[in-house]
Amino acid sequence: MVKKIDDETMENICILAKLTLSEAEKEKAKEEMQRMLDYVEKLNELDTSGVKPLSHLFPSHNIFREDVITSQDNRDALLGNAPEKKDGQFQVPKTIG
Amino acid sequence: MGLETLTALELAEKIRQGQVSVLDGVKAVFEQIERKEGTIHAYLDLYKEEAFERAAQVEKGMAEGKYSGPLCGVPIAVKDNICIQGKRTTCGSKILENFVPWYQAEVIERLEKAGMVIIGKTNMDEFAMGSTTETSAFGVTRNPRNTDHVPGGSSGGSCAAVAASEAYLALGSDTGGSIRQPSAFCGVTGIKPTYGTVSRYGLVAYASSLDQIGPVGKDTADCAALLEVISGYDPKDSTSLQREDLCFSQALGGGIEGMRFAVPKEYLTEGLSPEVRSAFMVVLEELVQMGAIVEFISLKTTEFMIPAYYVIASAEASSNLERFDGVKYGFRAREYDGLHDMYKKTRTEGFGEEVKRRIMLGSFVLSSGYYDAYYLKALKARAVMKQEFDRAFEKYDVILAPAAPYTAPRLGESLKDPLAMYLGDIYTVAVNLLGLPAVCLPCGKDKAGLPIGLQMIGDCFMEKKILRAAHAYEKRREAFIRFGSEKKQVVFPEIAKGDAKV
Repeated sequence: MVKKIDDETMENICILAKLTLSEAEKEKAKEEMQRMLDYVEKLNELDTSGVKPLSHLFPSHNIFREDVITSQDNRDALLGNAPEKKDGQFQVPKTIG
Repeated sequence: MGLETLTALELAEKIRQGQVSVLDGVKAVFEQIERKEGTIHAYLDLYKEEAFERAAQVEKGMAEGKYSGPLCGVPIAVKDNICIQGKRTTCGSKILENFVPWYQAEVIERLEKAGMVIIGKTNMDEFAMGSTTETSAFGVTRNPRNTDHVPGGSSGGSCAAVAASEAYLALGSDTGGSIRQPSAFCGVTGIKPTYGTVSRYGLVAYASSLDQIGPVGKDTADCAALLEVISGYDPKDSTSLQREDLCFSQALGGGIEGMRFAVPKEYLTEGLSPEVRSAFMVVLEELVQMGAIVEFISLKTTEFMIPAYYVIASAEASSNLERFDGVKYGFRAREYDGLHDMYKKTRTEGFGEEVKRRIMLGSFVLSSGYYDAYYLKALKARAVMKQEFDRAFEKYDVILAPAAPYTAPRLGESLKDPLAMYLGDIYTVAVNLLGLPAVCLPCGKDKAGLPIGLQMIGDCFMEKKILRAAHAYEKRREAFIRFGSEKKQVVFPEIAKGDAKV
């Protein structure tokens, strides 16, 4: 399946990636992604029938610990990096109209 | 030539013997930085005053017995994607230009316990995405061996700093070759450890299933000593492994007689430059003369490595970099219309081109309707690759590979064609996809005087084997850093002319 990156797909990618692209940038991105996906297509030449996907290299399991609080009150330190803050909280633009 | 030309272990020995002070070593690198940094630009930030204070503290601590160990008092540089409490950590990105972490990466805690002196943060490709250190938002780094060329990437600043004697040691991170390829380009030594050996706590994530922090140094012994310092279980990283065989320095000094080395035929195809190829072939001959067994094998999954890697790495990156939204830390766009527009404008203005490219590719391969065809397919390919490498390691101790198909490109040549740049990772990405350890060390130079790197790849947990082999080979080779030129004439040996069995 060779996927053709059309304008609609590109629009959807920008929504998912939370990026705004100019028309010229969109054209360039479309072209580059198409080239990359055409190349990635090569993977279909590899027979993977009956193969389980490998996402973790070593047998992994949930790591549990006692539910004990180890962190301290870091509010000021945490807010120190915030672009905007108010009353000891992160400030964001109005979210509901 | 001053103190800065010593290896880290030589400096530490002189400090222990009382021949020089910790401050002398720190002063020597800062004097070298003064001389070189204007041209090289390996560092993004330097901590001169703190380093001088720390030197006095370490000196005192050593006298009181608080600090001991082989790297006590040694100055070290840290890649700028590793968090140091209270120090700007930018990842080479505008979006983190003013980010000051309030917590310490586990590796930094370990450097401090070992009595080391952190001297600064090194330049890197933005979020470690790139092969040249040219995608940094804060300017390029030049290759100290030839300043018209790139140092490689993404740990280009760390490798350039060590190569220019602007640091005795450095920490880098390796997601697809980001320690090994710049080590090769700069003529230094670097190790990518087995996944889970070094804690990733405090390393800004690029692709979490591939990322590992590792050492960069002037030789194998220095790297082994630093790896020992930074390795070990950390409950703060859920992928951290409980290993008991972490005395890597003990592996050095043994011979390699009877050791079995495999050379994948697929690594010697037309994409490999003739000069890198002939230097690599000389290595094979040397190893045979040292009593090793060197055989050609076939790794049929080689051609699938780059496509699988870029799908998986981009997918993980798109997810990891979702957090940069202009709310909790970092840059926020000045003008926007509402919350969602703030996210989009912040990310659009804050990220560079290469990072956006990978976020978009990753978002696509994870999106509904394409997840199975691309992401899941790549994970299945990864499983097939693992089977193939497992079979190879049943028979062989080490897989040999060049570090890159060519030596360091000229500045400004690589970013024009992203796919062509990605193809340069052909020899390095398998190690990350499969969690394997690998060491990269210099094995020659091309006609332009640019270093050529050799990779020794081991099975998971087999750091000691590859370090023993690398150290033995290094002893045989002329000390590259020290003498700066290869005495041995690089010739095109018989073995390179056909599919010969050695």
